[in-house]
Amino acid sequence: MKINRRELLGYSAAALGVAAIGLPKIAKAAAGELTIAYNVNLPSWDPTTGPSAVNPTIQGLYQSVFDQIISQKPDLSFAPGLLTEWGWNDDRTKVTMTVREGVKWHDGSPFTPEDVVWSLQRAGDEKTGNPIQFVWKNVNNFKIDGNKITGDVVQFDPVYFKWMSFLTGYILPKAYYEKVGAEGFEKAPIGTGPYMVEKFERNAFLRLKANPNYWGGKPAFENVTIKFVTDAASRVAEIESGSSQVTLEIPYEEYDRLIAKDGLAGSIKNVSDIGMIFFNNKDAMLDKNVRQAAVMAVDKELLVKRLLRGYGQPIDTLETPEYAAYDPSIKVEHNPEKAKKLLAASGYSTKKPAKFTIQTTKGFKPKDYEMVQAIVGMWRKVGIEAEIEVYEIAKHYELRAAHKLAPAAFYNWGNSIGDPTTSTGFAMFGPSPHSSWKTDDLDAKIGPLWGEKDEAKRIAGWKAVDKYIAEEAYVLPLIQYAQPIVHSKKVNVVQHISGALLPALMTPA
Amino acid sequence: MLLQRFLIRLLTMLITLFGVAVVVFVVIRVAPGDPIAMMLPPGATDDDIARLRALYGLDKTIVQQFFIWLSGVVRGDFGTSISLRQDVLGLVFNRLPATLELAIVALIMAVTLGGTTAILGARERGTAVEAGIDIASGAALSIPDFLWGLVLILLFGVLVPIFDISGRVSPQLDLPFVTQFYFFESLMRLRFDLTWDLLKHMLMPAVALALPLAAIISQLLKQSLKEVLDLDYVVLARVKGFSETQVILREALKNASLPTLTLVGVQFTFLIGGTVIVERLFSYEGLGNMAIDAVINRDLPLIQGIVLVFALLFVLINLAVDMMYALLNPRLRHG
Repeated sequence: MKINRRELLGYSAAALGVAAIGLPKIAKAAAGELTIAYNVNLPSWDPTTGPSAVNPTIQGLYQSVFDQIISQKPDLSFAPGLLTEWGWNDDRTKVTMTVREGVKWHDGSPFTPEDVVWSLQRAGDEKTGNPIQFVWKNVNNFKIDGNKITGDVVQFDPVYFKWMSFLTGYILPKAYYEKVGAEGFEKAPIGTGPYMVEKFERNAFLRLKANPNYWGGKPAFENVTIKFVTDAASRVAEIESGSSQVTLEIPYEEYDRLIAKDGLAGSIKNVSDIGMIFFNNKDAMLDKNVRQAAVMAVDKELLVKRLLRGYGQPIDTLETPEYAAYDPSIKVEHNPEKAKKLLAASGYSTKKPAKFTIQTTKGFKPKDYEMVQAIVGMWRKVGIEAEIEVYEIAKHYELRAAHKLAPAAFYNWGNSIGDPTTSTGFAMFGPSPHSSWKTDDLDAKIGPLWGEKDEAKRIAGWKAVDKYIAEEAYVLPLIQYAQPIVHSKKVNVVQHISGALLPALMTPA
Repeated sequence: MLLQRFLIRLLTMLITLFGVAVVVFVVIRVAPGDPIAMMLPPGATDDDIARLRALYGLDKTIVQQFFIWLSGVVRGDFGTSISLRQDVLGLVFNRLPATLELAIVALIMAVTLGGTTAILGARERGTAVEAGIDIASGAALSIPDFLWGLVLILLFGVLVPIFDISGRVSPQLDLPFVTQFYFFESLMRLRFDLTWDLLKHMLMPAVALALPLAAIISQLLKQSLKEVLDLDYVVLARVKGFSETQVILREALKNASLPTLTLVGVQFTFLIGGTVIVERLFSYEGLGNMAIDAVINRDLPLIQGIVLVFALLFVLINLAVDMMYALLNPRLRHG
């Protein structure tokens, strides 16, 4: 058996941990002080441009300093924030927004509707390099009247406001940014968020100080230190030694071991990240029987139970229970016998199997490779022989954008606004560079939903699409991931379903 | 003659660096992964892809991109990092001192530990002491640096938590530094409180890096010493009444250390390379850690900049070793 470095590190840390006979120093949250071992670095302070703007894991750091245009609660529901009201006019040709009054930037200057308009215009300006510019350009010609803003709809996008709680949906300080420039902003960023940046050493740590004037109330911890600890074994050591009081994204085995220790506790919830297998409309996958058999042969409950130690939730569509278009009536049965019959109808059997390649990452998501290994084993029993090809995630992006993925390819998909456009929509709509399955029948069903103005009809439409996809077996949804957080018993942690770890949601126990 | 040798050496260095630049440029562009594809959010269209490609200059041919980049490098402009959106050269020079400090401290530890055990082993040759040193150095050599890192984290980070597991310096401290050489600057300023904090962060990664190198130094130097100790001029020194320690330190060490010096030079370049994984393990704020992020993010300009600076370091270290070798070996100096 070959063991790669990542596995070796994991096994070594686990073995060393088990061998540890002394009890670890109990993690203590000193009065007003909180230290978090975070799993990613923060490359840039501009939450609206560059790759970090579309990295979901970093959003928790941004949201500590900047407010999103519309707030989102831990259960993914939307709530008044810097905008207290928002909406469309009846014929969806105008948007209206009401700006919260009395809010201050971290430098003490007043937050104004001009900041909102400037941020929206900047986000929609292609010269700034905002990767989500295609959303923000859909509304322009903003007008300010007191604390009310109106804008003209260029092209109706039903999720325009939902994106205000998602990637690049942040308000930045117009006057300050114009004064200090992009470089100055990187050195000393200010927002209206619950925490102010006190000190930042790139790739090392971030010191935050509670914003006493925060409109949502001063956060419980006065000082927060976020250490960027990208190695999972090191994060385990950080929490075990008491050097940090909170950490996240560690192996489930380590989670179980650590929360059994004195002084430590854990929180693990299903978040908006899912594991799935893209099917590509080529080779054996063009045969509906093969696709349906490939889906029916997989025992997702077993994957969760055996590989993910019971953490996570099997799913049958690309929607999770927290999403707007989740339909619990759509079920895909696990039925290996029926899978065999379907394959037999197409001339395949265990002796003459349907053959194709399945691509997967290894170590990018918890047990990704192991899950694919198990699935290939389940497929083999019904008459599908899949050859595993391991690639790096960068390669997956490149192949998917070029529509060159193998007939089957493992991936994880995040959708923290819970809208069907950002789950089923972009993953399955042929013209999207993110989709793998590209056929006219599906595109004809999805196409009209992009501009549907009746919200109830729109959601019902997406549910119907999900049902059709499940029947046709155009994709293999696997599981909704659970995010493990280990923390000192001296700290209460509220998990956000988006997966963002927010110090503002933590309080002393 | 000397000038001619210097110019030839300089030319060789430039050709080496150019070769490295070409190889790195070509390899990372034909390697799997596309920074623009990685940055595409849901809903991005082909127009968005084209716009981002043009923004980062990736819409041109590889040859065009190479010469644009090379002309910038010649002018001291290494481009802008895609992920960090800052000047590459500035980023590299901001991080390089941390890595150099770590590597130099590790080298000092390795030379001290390796040299001491070599001398002790040579002095006590044929005894249990030498056997013990051989066993210890064998163990140190057979365990890779990142695994030493894990062992040290468990021992001195978790079980007896006297050192810090991650970072370069405590976030709570006010840092009065004007250079990025925090450790050396704290010594110069006699700010031993800061020195101790920096050491608490640096010791474990430095030891992890130093142990395998110390073992190599110990084995090679001990072997050389043992050979030299049998030569006539050393025997004569013993006859004159010098103690064994005096014989080793005064007579044998200078000649025996020449091959070790060459080895140390070569190994120092490996040591700098080794910082990549060790810095990651300890979340140490150096160039190696940044290199891994650059690779993960497919940050092409940053990868190119880091590799070129690493290559320059390797070339300069080799040059320094050659010069020191010539300095210590008169035959080469006059040859």
